[in-house]
Amino acid sequence: MPAVPASDIEHVFRAEYGRAVAVLVRIFGDIDVAEEAVQDAFTTAVQRWPASGLPPSPAGWIITTARNRAIDRLRREVSREDRHAQAALLHADGVPTREGPVRDDRLRLIFTCCHPALAASVQVALTLRLLGGLTTAEIARAFLIPEPTMAQRLVRAKGKIRDARIPYRIPDEADLPDRLGAVLAVVYLIFSEGYAASSGDRLVREDLCAEAIRLGRLLAELMPDEPEVKGLLALMLLIEARRPARTTSDGALVLLADQDRRRWDRGLIAEGQDIVRQCLRRGRPGPYQIQAAINAVHSDAPVAAATDWPQILQLYDQLLSLASSPVVALNRAVAVAEVEGPSAALALIDGLDLDGYHLFHAIRADMLRRLGRDAEAELAYEAAIGRTQNAAERDFLRRRRQAFTPSPPSGGPPSS
Amino acid sequence: MKQYLLSVYQPDGDPPPPEVLEKVMQDVRAWNTELRSADAWVFTAGLHAPGTATVLRAKDDGVLITDGPFVEGKEHVGGFTIIKAADLDAALEWARKLTLVTTLPIEVRPLRDGVGD
Repeated sequence: MPAVPASDIEHVFRAEYGRAVAVLVRIFGDIDVAEEAVQDAFTTAVQRWPASGLPPSPAGWIITTARNRAIDRLRREVSREDRHAQAALLHADGVPTREGPVRDDRLRLIFTCCHPALAASVQVALTLRLLGGLTTAEIARAFLIPEPTMAQRLVRAKGKIRDARIPYRIPDEADLPDRLGAVLAVVYLIFSEGYAASSGDRLVREDLCAEAIRLGRLLAELMPDEPEVKGLLALMLLIEARRPARTTSDGALVLLADQDRRRWDRGLIAEGQDIVRQCLRRGRPGPYQIQAAINAVHSDAPVAAATDWPQILQLYDQLLSLASSPVVALNRAVAVAEVEGPSAALALIDGLDLDGYHLFHAIRADMLRRLGRDAEAELAYEAAIGRTQNAAERDFLRRRRQAFTPSPPSGGPPSS
Repeated sequence: MKQYLLSVYQPDGDPPPPEVLEKVMQDVRAWNTELRSADAWVFTAGLHAPGTATVLRAKDDGVLITDGPFVEGKEHVGGFTIIKAADLDAALEWARKLTLVTTLPIEVRPLRDGVGD
């Protein structure tokens, strides 16, 4: 019998945890019962599989084992007249024992986790917990929240789902655009948190990106007719493709224009660009698809100087008309600087109300620097540095500021 | 079916002018009628101003009575409706209509099971 390495079991856990929990939630109508049962089943798997080998269908084995464990446990509790256990058992009676439409189970659970009656931070945590199988400790570490606080938040959210009876259901056609928007926002928030790393443990952060992409792939598989779902997946893939070039070996940040493009992940770029082309053919544009298209244009350029900025500007115009926000306007101004020059861009930037946002000041500083207004640029860099908590970003801004600060003659010209 | 309490939060002070209020009350009545015809209505009540409230607290040596509402604030519950709904989505749909006709915030809160469950 071949030995099953722990990494294989870990892989099954990552890939199948959400599916198993979703099926068990359907069977028992209760998240706590489902989670406990699935964890029980994986504990048994860890004990058995190394000797017995992987079963033919690991997911099926986990779901069946979890279901049987849950029923045994609930029967014991029912005999102690536990009302909660009675309800869960009763619920299970009415549900066919077959796994049923497993795909829909996960989709239903995602919509429950991202229900608008739950706070955004709670939606993110619940999605990572129930669909991603991340432990409370992992989620707490990723979001720099003490573990007991995160545990409490999850308990409260699960309590609200149960007590207020938030349904496990795919929303009606009429509500779908709004509700799907919330789901996509949660997935993108998980990705951004992992990518932009507002602060915290780097490794856990990369896990968040991987998890967001996994959720994005799952959504694209479950909702193949929603172009924005595809757009979000393409956007994440194209951004993720640049990760190897985005930092130096010692963790310092490298701007898009300065990245060694040979280090970009060609496989991810090809996949992302292919999805963008599919979206274009479909002709139902949305904010995620347009952002993906912008990134696809960037990834088309073999060197920064070859970037098709007029096309990027055109895409930003479209994005601004669909989803106007000061941050989109700021990013558009960066494209304006490349097409019309820094003076036109600065005029646009100065009209934006984004004082609290460090990148507003960083981009403004860059425009001022390009216009030779060094003293103002230095002040703007200061403002940017004072507004970010991320060490790599702060170091980067400090280096930028120093790079053009008028230096003594012996210092030589700043490198550009 | 589950039951939910829909509380309407009203700013303290004078009510809106009669011509505005009349339209709102008419829309609220229509909402109530719709609720009843959907067999989702359980109970409705409108409350007098928060200044008419009295709070009692058990103390070591008896009961302390104070004049005014329990929570000081600029807004208080002005009325409430208890509805029956299959789940939170259905309850939120009723509340959505109510906040649109009253333009006031509505708090939706589930009643504990066992009450008309």
